[in-house]
Amino acid sequence: MSELRTEELTINMGPQHPSTHGVLRLVLTLNGEIVTDVKPVLGYLHRCFEKHCEAMTYPQVVPYTDRMDYLNSMNNELAYVLAAEKLLGIQVPERVEYIRVIMCELQRIASHLVAIGTYGNDAGAFTPFLYCFMDREKVLELFEMVCGARLLYNYIWVGGLSHDITPEFVTKTKEFIKYFRPRIKQINNLLSYNKIFIERTAGIGVLPQDVAVNAGVSGPTLRGSGVKFDLRKDDKYSIYDRFDFDVCVGWGERGVVGDCWNRYIVRAYEMEQSLRIIEQAIDNIPEGDVQSAVPKRVKPVVGESYVRTESPKGELAYYIISDGSLNPYRIKARSPSFCNLSVINQISRGHMIADVVMILGSFDIVLGCIDR
Amino acid sequence: MGILNKLDISVEQFESGNIIITSMDKLLNWSRLSSMWQMFFGLACCAIEMMATSASHYDLDRFGIIPRPSPRHVDIILISGTVTLKMATRIKRLYDEMPAPKYILSMGSCANCGGPYWEHGYHVLKGIDRVIPVDVYVPGCPPRPEALLEGLIKLQDKIRNQSLAKHTA
Repeated sequence: MSELRTEELTINMGPQHPSTHGVLRLVLTLNGEIVTDVKPVLGYLHRCFEKHCEAMTYPQVVPYTDRMDYLNSMNNELAYVLAAEKLLGIQVPERVEYIRVIMCELQRIASHLVAIGTYGNDAGAFTPFLYCFMDREKVLELFEMVCGARLLYNYIWVGGLSHDITPEFVTKTKEFIKYFRPRIKQINNLLSYNKIFIERTAGIGVLPQDVAVNAGVSGPTLRGSGVKFDLRKDDKYSIYDRFDFDVCVGWGERGVVGDCWNRYIVRAYEMEQSLRIIEQAIDNIPEGDVQSAVPKRVKPVVGESYVRTESPKGELAYYIISDGSLNPYRIKARSPSFCNLSVINQISRGHMIADVVMILGSFDIVLGCIDR
Repeated sequence: MGILNKLDISVEQFESGNIIITSMDKLLNWSRLSSMWQMFFGLACCAIEMMATSASHYDLDRFGIIPRPSPRHVDIILISGTVTLKMATRIKRLYDEMPAPKYILSMGSCANCGGPYWEHGYHVLKGIDRVIPVDVYVPGCPPRPEALLEGLIKLQDKIRNQSLAKHTA
């Protein structure tokens, strides 16, 4: 019998693929079922954010930051606004700081719910997706009550907020906290500790600590590898130093540290911590005018500022250069998803093709954030 | 039979049942508009609202809209988000791969006309209708789920009134 001729197969995954969380294209090189190389191809959602900002005034940039990482608009706004305020030297009122933290933590819960829901969907479990989106609607209702928008808010302004919160919002948020805590347990029972789900994710795509740190990976993806690094603790911004919460890391409760399951479970842990922060903040909101520090004309002096924050996806930073005019000279965004994606080739090699879907999902990437 | 009556199809009923007399157009249109399978395909921010619409709160399933991953299975494609020049060629190809009759719903300002990226977006297509024909435009940035549902009902109306004689597939 003559020798069978084998050759490597190159296939495309995306840009139209249900599991690529947007329009990412992965060029996979396969040896049978085994992946030997993964090459991400970007640019299918390049919306020219950085170039665009040069034609906008400082407050006009805020809606475009919403559209960068659209699952996580509040945190994007906060990061940009903090950088702009640092440039302008504005001190915002206490009330604004508290409301910003509450909004950002609610947004973190909403973002993690999408991450968990779609990750279950990737694994073939459709039910958690429906449950997660049901709970996410409740968060969106809170946002809608405050600023009228469901997804892209333009809520956090340079120097303040677009609207003040109402007493009704406070009661509804407290109700949500009471409602949501048991739901996290339910989601965990439904998906996180599900035998089939653990089989699909435990021990898959192990990201070693040194690789993660060297590649600039951040957020839950980094903490899933056991590195205790959270900018809310390690480089405190806004008023996060006043709240008591834990930095969650994957410690190998199932599988091994750094695998897909540990990256996933950090998000479930973090939702609990976000609830804790909201609980502490919601009762202590001081009185004040949320627009008292909003400048009439945003025209910073020549200079530059860099602010990094902890978004649900990882380290989100904005670098602004001002030339003293009304428009920023240059805005650079450091997006967490882009850096997180860079390790996919390294940790996917040697796995089966179906595992690439799980590895990609565990990063919780958003293409608007990668391509900008 | 209850469903048929509700969908405003004039049927003649016989005493023995099981026999319906209706026009071919009405039967075809009714079956088409009641099971519009949708391409499982999201582009940008609007895709999140599309997902929220198809999840339990708004429930697209009750309109017979089920997401399918392959363009060869689908009847409608929701262009949900910003179309870049790089993506436009792929969307054209996906459209060509769909079997007729096929319908396009352009969701959100970006897909309608370029949206907030209209003026300075050097890499953004100024409206998906420059590449493929669009049946229904849903404005908004992003449109609320209710707006998307309204757009889909409008598309159903459009399908309900089409004729086989004019529309040779």
